[in-house]
Parts: sequence; C-alpha cells; structure tokens
Amino acid sequence: MTNNSEMFSMMLASSSSDHTVAFCVILALIVALSGVLLFFVVRGKLQKPSVESAKKAPAKSVMKETAAASGSSGANSIKSVETKQKFSKILVSIVIYLFLTVIAVAVLFPFYWMLISSVKSVEEYNATIPTLWPHEFVWSNYITAFTGDLNLGRLFLNTVIVGVVSTILSLVITVLSAYAFARLEFKGKNILFAFMLATMMIPGELFTITNYLTVTSFDWIYLPAANPSVWQKISPFFSLIIPFLVSVFYIYLLRQNFMQIPNELYLAAKVDGTSDLKYLWKVMIPLSAPTLISITILKMMGAWNSYIWPKLVADDDLHRLVTVGLRGASFQIAGTNMVNYPAQMAAVVIVTIPLLLVFMFFRKYIMRGVSRSGIKG
Amino acid sequence: MTKTKHKNNWKAWLYLLPALIILAVFTVWPIINTIRIAFLCRWDNELETVVGYDYQAAMIGKEFVLGFNNFTSVVQNDQFLTCLGNTMLLTVLTVPVSTMLALLIAVALNSIKPLRKIFQTIFFLPYVTNSIAIGMVFAAMFGMIGIMPGREPISIGIINTIIEAFGGTRINWIDQGSSYWANIMVMFIYIVWNALPFKILVLLGGLQGVNKQYYDAAKVDGASRWRTFWRITVPLLSPMIAYVVITGFIGGFKEYSSIVGIFGDDMGPVGKEGALNTMVGFIYEFIDHNQGKASAAALILFAIIFAVTMINLYVSKKKVHY
Repeated sequence: MTNNSEMFSMMLASSSSDHTVAFCVILALIVALSGVLLFFVVRGKLQKPSVESAKKAPAKSVMKETAAASGSSGANSIKSVETKQKFSKILVSIVIYLFLTVIAVAVLFPFYWMLISSVKSVEEYNATIPTLWPHEFVWSNYITAFTGDLNLGRLFLNTVIVGVVSTILSLVITVLSAYAFARLEFKGKNILFAFMLATMMIPGELFTITNYLTVTSFDWIYLPAANPSVWQKISPFFSLIIPFLVSVFYIYLLRQNFMQIPNELYLAAKVDGTSDLKYLWKVMIPLSAPTLISITILKMMGAWNSYIWPKLVADDDLHRLVTVGLRGASFQIAGTNMVNYPAQMAAVVIVTIPLLLVFMFFRKYIMRGVSRSGIKG
Repeated sequence: MTKTKHKNNWKAWLYLLPALIILAVFTVWPIINTIRIAFLCRWDNELETVVGYDYQAAMIGKEFVLGFNNFTSVVQNDQFLTCLGNTMLLTVLTVPVSTMLALLIAVALNSIKPLRKIFQTIFFLPYVTNSIAIGMVFAAMFGMIGIMPGREPISIGIINTIIEAFGGTRINWIDQGSSYWANIMVMFIYIVWNALPFKILVLLGGLQGVNKQYYDAAKVDGASRWRTFWRITVPLLSPMIAYVVITGFIGGFKEYSSIVGIFGDDMGPVGKEGALNTMVGFIYEFIDHNQGKASAAALILFAIIFAVTMINLYVSKKKVHY
C-alpha cells in the first residue's frame, strides 16, 4: 500500500504542474466509469425491460445494416426508423448514466476529501496546490485527534451512554404506549391519540425554551465545580435523555404495526392462558421487529448527531457529546495559531465512520424508517 | 365483558403512564409556558428599558406584566431581519432546486436496471452523516488557509483549485473578507447536498408505485420523453412532490446546524459574525438570558412555518392529482 502510494505521489510530484495531472486523474476516472457503463449499454442489458425490442434487436440490427448498404426500398424506411429509435435509446442511456455518475462523484467527493485529508501531513495539507492523493500516509493524525484537546474517548463514552440508555427507555415506553393504543380499550382513547398526533406539528424550537427552564429548575444542568457530587455528575445525563424519550411518531408507527397483527392470535393466546405482557413479549414484539430495529437505529443516530440541545445543557468537559465536542474543539497546533486541519479531518472521520458502518449493515431498516418519517435523527 | 373493559381501562392508563408523564412535562407544558412567557415583560430600572421574561429575574421575585413588548422588540432587533432574510433566502433557493434535482435523479434511477442499487446507496449516503461533521469537511474544501488582507493565501483550497483548473478565478468563499453571496452559495450547495437523499428516496418510492400501463399508453400514442415526463410522471408523482416540498420548507425554516457546521457558532465568516444567522439561531441567542424574547421569536417562527405550510397545502390542493 505504501509502495503504491509512493509511486503515485512520485508521479504526481514529478509533473510540472501538479493540479493538471490531478485533473487528468479525475477525468480519467470519470471516463473509465462511463466506459464501464457504456459497455453495459452496448451489451444491450438496458433494453431488457422492454421485451419486444430486445427480442428483435440482434436480427434486425444486422438486417438494417445490409439494407442500408444495398440502398433504399419501401420496407427499409421502417427499419431505419427503428434504427434511429434504437440509437436514440442508447444515447439516452449514456446521458442518464453520465448524469448519475456526475452526481455520484459530487456526492462522494466530500467523503473522499475527508478521508485523504485525514492522512496528510500538516505541511502537505497546507500546500499551495492541494494534492489529490497523500504523498505519505500520516496515521498519527488519528492519535492526535484522540489525544488532543478534543478528548474523543470521553465524548464517545458520553454519547454511547446517552444513545443506549435513551434508546432502551424509549423502546420500552413506545412499545407500552403502542400496545395500549392498538390492543386495549379505554375511555378517551381516540381523543388522546389525536391530541398526541397534533403535538407533532409544533416545531421543536418551541419546546426547547421551556424545556431549558425546566431542566434548570430540576437542577439537571451542570455547574462547574471543583469536586462535583454524584448528582452533579449524573443529572446532566437526565436532561440529555429524558426530554426526548417519547416520540409520538414512533408510537404511531408501532401502533400501525401492532394493529396489523390479527385479533385471532390474541384470542388464541388468551385461551391458552397467556398474560397480556407475555403475549406482547412473545408475539407482538417479534412480529414488529423490523419497525423496532428502525426505531433503534434512528434513535441511536439521533444521539450521535444531536447538537443544539446538548450544546445548550451539557457543554462541559464531563458531559459533552461527540458532535458538540467536534465543533467546539480548536485543533490548534501547540504554540501557534495554526489549525491542524488533518487532525480535525481525522476526528471527523472517526465520527462519521460508525454512522457509515451502521448504514452498511442496516441499510434496509434505515431507508424504510426514513421514507416513512422524514426525520433526520 | 364489562369486567374486562374495566380491567383494561386502568391497565391501558398504566401502560401509557410513562409516555403521558414525559409528554406532559416536556411537550404540553412547554406549549403553554412558551406562549405565556412570550407575553411577559417588565421595566428594568438599571437598564431603563422594558426587558422580556427571564427565569433568574423571576426567581429573585421580579414582577412581570403582560404585553406585546417581546414581539415588538424582536421585530425591531437589527439581527431579526438578517436572520429572517437568510432563512427565507436559503429556503427559497434550496427547496425548488433540490426538489427538481431529486426528481431528475429519481427518474433517471427508475429508468435503469444495472447499477441502480449502487447509485441508490451512494445517493443516500449524505443522509446518514452528521451535518456538523460534514459541514466541517465542506468548510475545509471551500476554505483558504492563511488568508490575510492584502496577502496571498498559503493554500486556496481544493474547490478554488478546481475552478482555476477550468480557467475561472478563485473566490473567497467562507473566509475573512468573503462576500455575502459567496457564503450563501456555499450554504446553498451544502444544504442541497444534504437535502437530496430524503427527497430521492421518497420520489423514487413513488415512481416505483406508478402503474406501468400509463407509460405503455403514452408509448402507443407516440408521446415524447419530455411530454411523458410532464404529463404522466409529474402529475402521478404530485402527492410525493408536494410532500417533499412541504417538509423541505419546514426544514428550511429551521435551518441551523448546517450553518454551524460550516461557519461554527459565529454563524458567519471571521469579521462578519452573525451574517448568516437564521431564525433558529436567533432564538438560541436569547435562550439563556431572555426567554421572553426567545419565546416571542419562536412563536413568530411557528406562525411563519404554519402560514407557509398552509399556503403549500392550498397550492397542492389545486395542483396535486390524488
């Protein structure tokens, strides 16, 4: 790996103008990608959806060539129209793939830039012309990110505590409420449910102001102290976790899921003498697993990405969450006022990678949950 | 029967109890209280002016009276118009562009078979990222290093390098001395980048539910692609388009963390702090010392979002084909 990169960087360095070469590399990548796509197009894989043309294609295309060569006749005009259509179809496919490739490059470029910047040396990062591939891989940036003023370990610990505790509690509350709304009969059920749904329309900023006052009056905000008491150490986590435990939308989602489970199952379980809670645990929860997984992942991601509220109530060394810490850290190189951008990018990578990993493994659940909720985190 | 009903009755409330307690404290009470304190203010003898409600003053027994002063002082605040303008400008710029682009991408994705999954996954990636963290990456891409008035920067950043490679001139995007429109341009690009995944997901989901017969009929009639797109795809997708536009407007008016991601808490380039502040940022500026003013601003924001959503719904009622 190092050998390759060295060769590559030598190639880059030896050229007269660095960025022209860099440009050629990008262009070559794009051309190569479109070449691969073209290959697919020419192979005729694209025509598959419209069965008719795919069937006719091989024979006709030979015929129309000979026909075109031998001159015109009545039947040929139809064929030439078909050729034209076919040609335009391929052209459209190329345009489509090119368009998608350009967008994909635009989407991926920040990720690429983040990754390569995180392994550059400070000198290389600050070079007059940015390099598209690091001359040498400086992995120590990651150590700097972990050991610097950022204190990433502590931030991770805090975030994991908040994420795990709030997810578990939130799941319990959501399941119990959804069960009550889906399966039990009680007075005022529909009015209560409609009222809860109505609160979803109000933007969260409206709650934040009073919630800030509430957690302050509960003494859930950390005031810097030389020897913090146990309460002072723990209580800020309450203000990070408790206000967001109930999501009306998740209750709604799970209720819909629970209601799809046929009544007969419940009655059969009752005949067998199963208690309500056991039925909920053994039948309803397993049957709604996909929704519960979606909720779990989105909730964890929410804790990982939350910024505004944690910044407001827990912006101290003991309770800071990862996003707040990342934005607030200065990444200054000791003794100067220069910013150590590679170390900053390394920290950004460390924060981003877990999200991407979760996405890789739970793609289906995330996309399902998102398409129904439209909530980021 | 009555027995089970009765039994279920208290059981249901028991199951709902945790949710109801939290909702009461952190959702219902805030609605009431925020409206209440938005109208509370008092005359401050030291500052010799009317100030809004704040809990520290309330704790030491200061009296507050009802009035509209918080609202008038919010509207008269110098920052207010800047924040409102920034918020509206970014919303009006990003929502149509990202919706159009997402629609194009969704249609393109829907018309291909090979590689569709890969493209779909790539396009969804921005959604699962931390908007603060990636904002910092965008800042690193657009930013220059070592920029000082009247001196060549040490590095002009990758985006400017690309621009110069294509023969353009470099632009000071986000650093000290950068222009407002350059800042807005960067925010525009970042917000669209961030907004695309959700819109593509919803629109592609809608496209896949469209009955293929409509397209076959259009083909039989010899309709061009362009015509098919405007006469079939767009009308059939209009409920989804309305959905992403409405959620886009709501999200746009609550824009905040993407700006923090790029500019930091200063909400603007060095030397022009607050130049890109938004409504939500405006609210948070007052949250720890003047909750009355913050509440009034939050209610104004809510009113704006509510009005815009109503307009959206009204327009979509006329245009959307269900």
